[in-house]
Amino acid sequence: MKHTISILVENHAGVLARVAGLFARRAYNIDSLAVGVTADENVSRITIVADGDDYTLEQILKQLNKLIDVIKVRAVNENELLTRELVLVKVNCTPAQRSELISIAKITEAKISDISVNSITLELSDYSAKIKNFEELLRPYGIKEIVRTGTIAIQRGSASLTI
Amino acid sequence: MSENKMTVAKAMVECLKAEGVKHVFGYPGAAICPFYDELISSGIEHILVRHEVNGGHAASGYARMTGKAGVCIATSGPGALNLITAIGTAYMDSIPIVVITGQVNSDQIGRDVFQEADITGASEPFVKHSYMVKDPSVICDVIKKAFYIAESGRPGPVLIDVPMDVQLMECDFDYPEKVEIRSYKPTTEGNKLQIKRVADSILKAEKPLICAGGGVFLSDAKAELKELAHRCDIPVVNTMMGLSNLDMSDEHFFGMLGMYGVKAANHAVRNCDLLILLGARMGDRAIVAMDGLENVEIIHIDVDPAEIGKNVNVTTPVVGDIKVILKRLLETVKDEKHTEWMNELKAVKCETKPVPAAKPGTVNPKLFICELNRQLEKDAVVVSDVGSNQIWTANNIYLTEGRFLTAGGMGTMGYSLPAAIGAKKACPDRQVVVLCGDGSLQMQFMELATVMQHDIDIKVIVFVNTSLGMVREFQDKLYSREIAVDLTGSPDFDKIAQAYGIKAETVTDISQAESAIHNMLSSGKPYLLQVIVDKEENSII
Ligand SMILES: Cc1ncc(C[n+]2csc(CCOP(=O)(O)OP(=O)(O)O)c2C)c(N)n1
Ligand SMILES: [Mg+2]
Repeated sequence: MKHTISILVENHAGVLARVAGLFARRAYNIDSLAVGVTADENVSRITIVADGDDYTLEQILKQLNKLIDVIKVRAVNENELLTRELVLVKVNCTPAQRSELISIAKITEAKISDISVNSITLELSDYSAKIKNFEELLRPYGIKEIVRTGTIAIQRGSASLTI
Repeated sequence: MSENKMTVAKAMVECLKAEGVKHVFGYPGAAICPFYDELISSGIEHILVRHEVNGGHAASGYARMTGKAGVCIATSGPGALNLITAIGTAYMDSIPIVVITGQVNSDQIGRDVFQEADITGASEPFVKHSYMVKDPSVICDVIKKAFYIAESGRPGPVLIDVPMDVQLMECDFDYPEKVEIRSYKPTTEGNKLQIKRVADSILKAEKPLICAGGGVFLSDAKAELKELAHRCDIPVVNTMMGLSNLDMSDEHFFGMLGMYGVKAANHAVRNCDLLILLGARMGDRAIVAMDGLENVEIIHIDVDPAEIGKNVNVTTPVVGDIKVILKRLLETVKDEKHTEWMNELKAVKCETKPVPAAKPGTVNPKLFICELNRQLEKDAVVVSDVGSNQIWTANNIYLTEGRFLTAGGMGTMGYSLPAAIGAKKACPDRQVVVLCGDGSLQMQFMELATVMQHDIDIKVIVFVNTSLGMVREFQDKLYSREIAVDLTGSPDFDKIAQAYGIKAETVTDISQAESAIHNMLSSGKPYLLQVIVDKEENSII
C-alpha cells in the first residue's frame, strides 16, 4: 500500500541524506521524494511516498522520529490529503498538430510553457493519477522528454502540520 | 557571552572537563593533534590503546560501568574508519559513547586529500547522531548536545568530527548548562493508564514472567526489578545483555533465554501466561524461545517506541524510562504469591546434566568457570568475548553483586579485553576478569600493551580450543564438515603474555584450576590464564 509521509526537519546540511539513508538501510521503498523549505526558513519539509504494509509504515514513522533532526512526522490518510505533482512534457508537434495539442492542454488544464517549430512543452500540476493519464494522452504524439517532481501533499481542511 | 576566548581545541578539552570526564581512550594522528596538545595539561587521563577500535570498546566498557558516556578519540581517515566496528557495537547495545575524530582542513573536504574519510557519512547507520563542526562558535553547544543525546532516552554513540583548521580557530568558551533540542524529546514517564493495565495484568496472571534485558542497566533499575520480582513473586529470565541485572542467587532468577539459553528460562517463556519484556529488544537469538506464544499476553516496557512491536506482537506497550515506570508500577501492584509456578520452574532448574569427563590434557570450561565462581569477589566485573566462550560464561558464571559485560547485539569478537580496560578504569576497586577464546584473543591481544603501560589490573582467561569453536560447531551441524576454523599456528599465549611482562599460567587439568585462579586473583597485577579446552566441546554444555 502507498503511504504519503510528511516530515518536518531541521534545515541543516546532511539531513536529507540521513532520511534517505534510513529508508535504504531498513529496506523501505521510496516511490517519490520532494523537499522544500517551509514558512520558517530553519525548517524543511520532506514529502515521501512509500510503499509498505501497516507494520512497515509504523516502523518507518517510529524510526524517522528517532532521527534527531526530525521535528515532526505524519502520515495522513489518502482521502484527507491534497496531493500535487508537477510535470513538464516536451512532445513532438508539427504545426498541423498544434491545435490538437492545445485542446488537450485546455481539457486537462495544462499550461503551454514553450513552443518551437516541431515541439511543444506542456506543464501540468495535478495529482498522480491525473498526471499519468496526461502522459498517456500525449504519448501518441511522441514524447521527447518528461520531467516529474515528487509528490507534495497538504492536509485538507484547517488542520496543518507545523512545529 | 563571556569573554573567554580560546582555540576550539582547548574549548573541546574544557567541555570534556565541564562534563566531568576523567579518562579518554584514543589514538592520535596529525588531524587531531591540536586537540591532543591541549589534553596534556588538562588533568584528563588519556589511555593510549593499540588500535582505534579498542578505544571505542574501552569507552563502551567505561560507559557501562559509570552510566556516563565514555569518550574515545581518533584521527581522520584510517583512524576514524578503524572506529566503525566499535561504533556499530555500541549502537547495537545502546551504549552511550562520544566519539571525537579529527578531520582534514575544512577547505579541503571533498577533494580526497591525504587521510580524508567521510566519517559522518560512513558512521551514519550506526550513530544516534553525528556532527561535523565547521563553525567554531558552535563547539561548546555541540559537545553539550552530544553528551545529552548519547546519555538520554535510548543511549547510543554520538560522533563529533572536527576539521584540523577549525580546531585551531578561536571561539568563546561558554559551556551551556542545559540543552534544548526541539526535535528530540525522549519520553520518560510511562502512560499512567498503561501502567495501571500492567498492574491489572499482573494481578490476573497465574504464570507471570519477566524477561529483563540490558535496558534495566541503562535506566539503573536493578533495585526496582528486584522489588517487583519479590513483591509479586514473578520469576525472571534474562537476555544476554540483561545478565546480572538480577542477583543470580535470587530464587526468582532462572537464567538466560533463547537459542543459547538454559532449559529453565526457555521452559518459563513457553509456559507463562503473561510475559513482561523489560528493556529487552527481543533480538532474533532471544526470540527462538518464543515460538507459539500466540495466546500469551505480552507487555513491553521500553524507552524506545520503535522497539515495541518490532520483533514481537505486543498486547500492552509502555513507553518510557524503566526505572520511572517500575516505581509507578510498584505503587500500584499488590503483593502476591505464585508458589506453584515458581515450584514448576525450580524443578526444571534443578535438573542437572552430568558433566562428562574432559579428555586428558583438557579442561571442561563449565567446571573451570564454577571454580572461578567460588573465588571471585562478590562484585566482580566479568567481561566475555564472543563464541563458545561467551555461551559457556553466560550460562555458568554466577554473579550476585557483580556485573556481566558482553557485546550482545553485534557479537563483536575482540570486545572483551578493551571493554575490560574501560571497566577497570571506571571501577578500579573491583575485580575485572576477561573470558575469551583463542580466536578472539588474537583480535585484541595488542591491548596487553595498554594494560601494562597504564598499569591496569585485568585478569584474562583464554579458552584455547585451537579453533573458532562456535563457527566450527555451526559448520558441523549444517554441513557435517569444516573449513577455515582451525587455528593451528596460533602462539602459546602464556609466552605472549610474558613477552608483554604479564604473568601467565597454563591450565591443562581441572585439578590445577583452583591454584591457578587463586594465583591470578591474588597477584595484584595483570595476569593471563591459558585454559586448554577440547576442540569438540560445544557451546551448550
Ligand atoms: C569480528 C568478528 N568476526 C567474525 C565473527 C564470527 N564468529 C563468531 S564466533 C567465532 C569464533 C570465535 O572463536 P574463539 O574466539 O576461539 O571462540 P570459541 O568459539 O572457540 O570459544 C567467529 C569467528 C564474529 N563474531 N566477530
Ligand atoms: Mg577458540
